Amino acid sequence: MDNLISIWNLVPEALQTLIVILLKIVAIVLPLILAVAYTTYAERKIIGYMQVRLGPNRVGPKGWLQPIADTVKLMFKEVILPSEANRFVFYFAPIMALTPALVAWAVIPFSSGMWLADINVGLLFILAITSLDVFGIILAGWASNSKYAILSAMRAGAQVVSYEIAMGFALVGVLMAAGSLNLREIVEAQSGGITQWFIWPLFGLMLVYFISGVAETNRAPFDVAEGESEIVAGFHVEYSGMAFALFFLGEYANMLLISAVAAILFLGGWLSPFESIDALTELPYIGLLFGNGIHWFFIKVAFFIFLYLWFRATFPRYRYDQIMRLGWKILIPVTLVYIFAEGVAIYLGWKPWLS
Amino acid sequence: MGIEQIIFYLFAGILLAAAVSVVTVRNPVYAALFLILAFFSSSAIWIMLEAEFLGVTLILVYVGAVMVLFLFVIMMLDINIDIMREGFIRYLPVGLVVAVIVAAEMIYVLSSESLNRAMPVAKAADYSNTKELGRILYTDYVYPFEIAAVILVVAIIAAIVLTHRKRAPNVKSQNPSRQVRVKRGDRIKLVKMDAEKQPEAGTEGGK
Repeated sequence: MDNLISIWNLVPEALQTLIVILLKIVAIVLPLILAVAYTTYAERKIIGYMQVRLGPNRVGPKGWLQPIADTVKLMFKEVILPSEANRFVFYFAPIMALTPALVAWAVIPFSSGMWLADINVGLLFILAITSLDVFGIILAGWASNSKYAILSAMRAGAQVVSYEIAMGFALVGVLMAAGSLNLREIVEAQSGGITQWFIWPLFGLMLVYFISGVAETNRAPFDVAEGESEIVAGFHVEYSGMAFALFFLGEYANMLLISAVAAILFLGGWLSPFESIDALTELPYIGLLFGNGIHWFFIKVAFFIFLYLWFRATFPRYRYDQIMRLGWKILIPVTLVYIFAEGVAIYLGWKPWLS
Repeated sequence: MGIEQIIFYLFAGILLAAAVSVVTVRNPVYAALFLILAFFSSSAIWIMLEAEFLGVTLILVYVGAVMVLFLFVIMMLDINIDIMREGFIRYLPVGLVVAVIVAAEMIYVLSSESLNRAMPVAKAADYSNTKELGRILYTDYVYPFEIAAVILVVAIIAAIVLTHRKRAPNVKSQNPSRQVRVKRGDRIKLVKMDAEKQPEAGTEGGK
């Protein structure tokens, strides 16, 4: 051990920082990819049980190895380039779809002290990076040289740009309540048990945020960009093998991201609901479970992911004009009124949240 | 050369190369992609100047919204590049004159006395550019800020009014609130009637 430390001290300081940052990135991205794989498994299992089926149960015990088998299959499939497609953009689009979904995790605080970057404008950073996801879809649609793909790209572009406004307004409400754009400070502003979480004063904004999040990730019931019944598979109709898998990865990483941000903004991130009850947190051993910690963050993220899957099993797909109507005529006015009311509440000092 | 300078020259170099590519590449979609790259690099430079709010907003507004719509339009158009390139030599002298004038103006402005300031000192780590911007916008510059907001709202409404077309009178449309309020009685009428004897098999084509 002493040897290792002495070798580590020989490394120049700038290089040390670089190595630590790279290790942190690996520590975030690897579990994230694994979580994505098992989110697909959870999706198939949960929707299976909701529809009184078994879901995947052949590969490995209870089908646990199904995601691995799927990945291996996709890796060995050929990536086919359609005729007259734009070669560079065609291969570039899946990368553009996946990268923003991974980059945004840089500012997510997992637990107290567990983050890659603690920046002043974390909330804006997340909003900016998630707005880039649509480029992957638009470029894929254009480069595929396919009517279905370009139709899907147009739909996805209009949808994401519209819902970003409602999402931005919902985030404005959170930053008014927390008084900060920094995600760590937003979580710390909610400390003091379940009653202090922003879900109570900002319940409407949480609904708007999550609905916009579902629309922004192109998930059911807002998945007109894929719309099997109308445009085959939409923007990824021409993609196969690993290129298709990258779109898939990006979509699920984005779902996890939206869920994580919702957990941080409205459910207090890593804070425990029993934080203020000393009788529970001071118990020997299990007191740790009742205290703050990363496990609460994971439980909250899992809850929102479950909502995603539940929506998919429950709601039929929206028609395109209905999506636009919901975004522009319902969600945006609701958030505007909510923000105004919140401003009044802050001015009047509405205890215990907005004072 | 410190690490900051290396990063600055890296992003500045990418920015210049991307900006040149925007006007020189043949494919308009590539031009739009290079414009996105240019926005990214300038945003990185702004963040290095501790203007993180402006840097992130540049990506949010220009890359996330404006360029999406730009790409939309470019992809929908069938642009014939050869025709667009035809007058290149003919317009080159005019372009060069404009370029020289712009360069001269920029050199004049940048070398003027008012820009000749001491190097600003880096702020402490807890300095929040966002907070400072908000404070200044809502105190010192509150009237210009509000007036700009009103002008923008007027522009938005004007754009909607100018492009809004009345529906043709015979176009069918839906009213979602009426659809939601529909009751069973409006759609279905249950009729009570006695059972009837089926017609004999074979008389109507063997049904």
